[in-house]
Amino acid sequence: MKFTLSWLRSHLDTDAPLERLTDTLSAIGLEVEAVENRAAALAPFRIAEVIEAVQHPNADRLRACRVDIGEGAPISVVCGAPNARSGMKAVFAPPGSFIPGTGITLKAGEIRGVVSAGMLLSAREMGLGEDHSGIVDLPAEAPVGTPYARWAGLDDPVIEIAVTPNRGDALGVRGVARDLAAAGMGRLKPWAAPAVPGRYPSPIAWRTEWPEACPYVLGRAVRGVRNGPSPRWLAERLTAIGLRPISALVDITNFFTIDLGRPLHVFDIGKLDGQALVMRRGAGEVFRGLHGRDVTVTAEDCVIADAAGVQSLAGIVGGEATGCDDGTTDVFIECALFDPVRIGLTGRRLQIASDARARFERGIDAALMPAALEAATRMVLDHCGGDASDVVAAGAAPDRRRSARLRFARLGGFGGAEMPAAEAVAILERLGFAVEERTETEVRVAVPSWRNDVAGAPALDPAPGLDPERAERAVAGTAAIEPECDLIEEVLRIRGLDAIAPVSLPRAAPVPAATLTPAQGRAALARRTLAARGLAECVSFSFLARDTAALFGATPDALRLLNPIASDLDQLRPTPLASLALAARGNAARGFADAALFEIGPGFESDDLAGQRAIAAGLRTGMTPRHWRAAARPVEWVDAKDDALALLAALGVPAESLTSTREAPDFYHPGRSGVLRQGPKTVLARFGELHPRLAGTLDLPAACAFELFLDAIPEPKRRRRTALDLSPFQPLRRDFAFLVAASVSAEAVLRAARGAERGAIAGVALFDVYEGEKLPPGQKSLAIEVTFQPRERTFTDAEIEALAAKVIAAVTKATGATLRG
Amino acid sequence: MDDLAALKHATEAALAAASDLRAWDAVRVGVLGKNGSLTGLLKALGQVPAEQRRERGAAVNRLRDELADLVEARRAALEAAALEARLAAERADVTLPPPAIPAGSIHPISRTIEEMTAIFGAMGFTVGEGPDIETDWHNFSALNIPGHHPARADHDTFYLPGTRDGRPLVLRTHTSNVQIITLLTQEPPFRVIAPGRTYRADHDATHSPMFHQCEGIVVDRDITLAHLKGCLVDFLRAYFAQPDLKVRFRASYFPFTEPSMEVDIGWNRRTGEIGAGGDWLEILGSGMVHPRVLANCGLDPREWQGFAFGMGVERVAMLKHGIADLRPFYESDLRWLRHYGFSALAPAMLHEGL
Repeated sequence: MKFTLSWLRSHLDTDAPLERLTDTLSAIGLEVEAVENRAAALAPFRIAEVIEAVQHPNADRLRACRVDIGEGAPISVVCGAPNARSGMKAVFAPPGSFIPGTGITLKAGEIRGVVSAGMLLSAREMGLGEDHSGIVDLPAEAPVGTPYARWAGLDDPVIEIAVTPNRGDALGVRGVARDLAAAGMGRLKPWAAPAVPGRYPSPIAWRTEWPEACPYVLGRAVRGVRNGPSPRWLAERLTAIGLRPISALVDITNFFTIDLGRPLHVFDIGKLDGQALVMRRGAGEVFRGLHGRDVTVTAEDCVIADAAGVQSLAGIVGGEATGCDDGTTDVFIECALFDPVRIGLTGRRLQIASDARARFERGIDAALMPAALEAATRMVLDHCGGDASDVVAAGAAPDRRRSARLRFARLGGFGGAEMPAAEAVAILERLGFAVEERTETEVRVAVPSWRNDVAGAPALDPAPGLDPERAERAVAGTAAIEPECDLIEEVLRIRGLDAIAPVSLPRAAPVPAATLTPAQGRAALARRTLAARGLAECVSFSFLARDTAALFGATPDALRLLNPIASDLDQLRPTPLASLALAARGNAARGFADAALFEIGPGFESDDLAGQRAIAAGLRTGMTPRHWRAAARPVEWVDAKDDALALLAALGVPAESLTSTREAPDFYHPGRSGVLRQGPKTVLARFGELHPRLAGTLDLPAACAFELFLDAIPEPKRRRRTALDLSPFQPLRRDFAFLVAASVSAEAVLRAARGAERGAIAGVALFDVYEGEKLPPGQKSLAIEVTFQPRERTFTDAEIEALAAKVIAAVTKATGATLRG
Repeated sequence: MDDLAALKHATEAALAAASDLRAWDAVRVGVLGKNGSLTGLLKALGQVPAEQRRERGAAVNRLRDELADLVEARRAALEAAALEARLAAERADVTLPPPAIPAGSIHPISRTIEEMTAIFGAMGFTVGEGPDIETDWHNFSALNIPGHHPARADHDTFYLPGTRDGRPLVLRTHTSNVQIITLLTQEPPFRVIAPGRTYRADHDATHSPMFHQCEGIVVDRDITLAHLKGCLVDFLRAYFAQPDLKVRFRASYFPFTEPSMEVDIGWNRRTGEIGAGGDWLEILGSGMVHPRVLANCGLDPREWQGFAFGMGVERVAMLKHGIADLRPFYESDLRWLRHYGFSALAPAMLHEGL
């Protein structure tokens, strides 16, 4: 919403400086988005008279002018404009001034031997439009020496405010002025529209077939008008706020839209068919709107139709066919009330943004309709002449009387504001609320007709399945409280929210309890663990291209956006690993092929609540770091397993409780990947090298990855640690090398050794794997170190031999291994 | 007794000639060993006449001690020389670099959420969560944004084809769904913040189709707008580490709060410096929880009241750390991650300072 300062002052009697007005607007909820002072750029330019314009002696297309700028001797200016002539009034720019239209700072100089100490300006050079056909040709009465901006009325700052959806009344200059007056910025000037008596019955009548969409409409004809350009003040006001003046009749309707927030429309009676305008549902018709586009209306849209068909989309845009032009002589003025919800839905579906729609969908002042029509009629008569008819109407003025109660104690108890009751009442009265009843402790006020947002019909949408008694009490509570909250809001915003002294939250507990749940804490710990292992955390979009998502899992239609912002962001990802793969590709393309990345974020399996999984995914690509002590090598599956196991260990899952099996999904390398399970059912993580085909498709270097399902990790049991039982005897370590079939897993050998004699075996570690020509084909050698821990006394040689035999027997039994000689 | 003096001389000479430990050991064995010359003298004491034995014995024993000392002294000298020689040979180029262990990093979004969690946690808040795929009831209707409300159109919502409990599904446009979940599942009083991913169909230099928000809600019997102001002023001053940071509250409108207000902090528009200069920067939205929101979740607004707020995580991160551009947050460029990332070992902890 834009208006000029002078327009505001036509409703507000104030001597407050501009900055106080704009600060106040922002403070009371009408946020100032811009203050444009067009005069600033035009400040150096003043009105001048061309005393003489003669042909330049050395250039065919130039003129040498002598210019009176209102002070000192006449100045010599060389001008290239074809319209420069002796005796004209023009706009002069002295040397040193910045020319907005060209972006050049003017210098005095000599043009082909003639001195030029300034410039005569075109409209475009001043940044005031596109006209560059010649220099500005001002009327003879323009006073020489006066700053052009002041004379042209451009020294009137344009204020732009953002109006929130609840404040239809602030989409009129008068509503803005009322708020400012209430906030102590002056006095709201009285406004009244004397009735214009009708001199004949209106030739056009209203009929409403859809009273829910249009409960009330007024209209009247004005016969014998002369349409033409608007008076200068009106054209200037509209131009200043960015509206193009069209013709007096159209400009008058636009004026009331901005001035009172009261949209109007004028039909050219000569173009209407029949004697009635009907408010009805659309029926699939097409008409050409005044915005220059065809509009197809449906049964959900309220239209205004004559005998020939649809002529207007009610409350949103009028029709081209029945609009006013220079030939218009008889007009019918429409002043209607429309249902805000229907206007909003229609406007959104048809994507037509208009000043009328913005006001109707926020709600207009229904009580103002008769007066607004009178005021509009008067203005039409004043500027276009003609003869007004009686007022015709359809429907009935709705009864929107509401009252609201404010208990003064709630200003402090809810609003945190300590203030005298009288101050609160005075604010409400300045906003137009009328006191109905006042006691020591509370006041009941009538809500002004223009405040549709206060004490409106409570609209609840309770949660399904609420306990009925509880729901009923909540509904009753809202009905009782909401109008009061509306009033508190009004009082506090006008008084200024800065006047409320901040109070720190009372302590909930002497020492706060944990802020995070254990699961949230695990995610934080996972993040730190992975970063500490050298991986860089990424945060990527949860959606990506469907074909990329498909490389990493299922892409159900339920997870495809209906309105993606781009075709490569249309599918919710099955795993953050998909995003990491794209990130690694990007880094490789930038020259950083050796990357270690991770992300903790959602992966989606379905649109159910359980279908969103919290996943910690990591990806290493390229080579390990080069170093003079050790050669670099490509990253491999075991690096990913290392990451996954380290992360699980950090999260309280011991490696001994896990089994590795080869069941990773097919975007992993089939032979170099696995899953980590706890128990038979729970998959905690998967890891491995990415499938070479996938890496090829995505243009990735060597890549290994893991995904860890954070929500699958069991809550660690909070147990006290057992007392530490240290043996006084040194442990004893023995190495065993087993020859096993190549298909036997290391885990099977380790598990068998570990279980050979639980009381005496403190640890088993694998330290060598050999497959090669020294062994029979299909066989491999696994070497393990077993740690025996004596408890009561040191082992005898015989006991050691017996333990070793048990290890060998257990491994042999479990895996068919033989001890290597 | 000359034989003893001779042995001493001979041993001294032999030790001096022994230039390494092996030669030294031969001397030691030759003198003090089982068949050594001194050992022989000791063994021969038995044949010495009884009247001389005492004197002879004392002299041999004295010689034994002297020779043992000489042998030991030579050993120490030889070992010291050997160590010197070894050390002289062991010279590393200590300017060589150790293996570079690549440093990981924590993303600024995570770090910012951690800091928010630490500060609000100190004020007694816990962290709530909700799904990214949400019903339009949780995302809009329950928050007093009915289907026809203009605010719904302003949200640039992403829609999904399915339904849940008969309601259409959207990607949540704010983490306010957690307010609703909290109101439905927890008995007040409570203080909850909800940091998380949010989605809006908008993409340009200052808007991303996915971004992060941190919402908060406090519900109790006597929580007033003054507490809202106190809580947010306390947070902003702690987060920006400026105990005197100027904070301004302006009336505004959100469907789910009443009264509603925008919160501005002082900054310098030209330099971007927070807390300096005479300009104001909008930083978050807030308000008293709308009675309809409480009622939609079954709470009687005559009994319970409170406040709610929401802020952009990226926005406050950019302000605090001087990050100019929004888009690189999601581009996973290693250079950016390293430059703006945080150490894993320095988490946000109030007792160490944020």
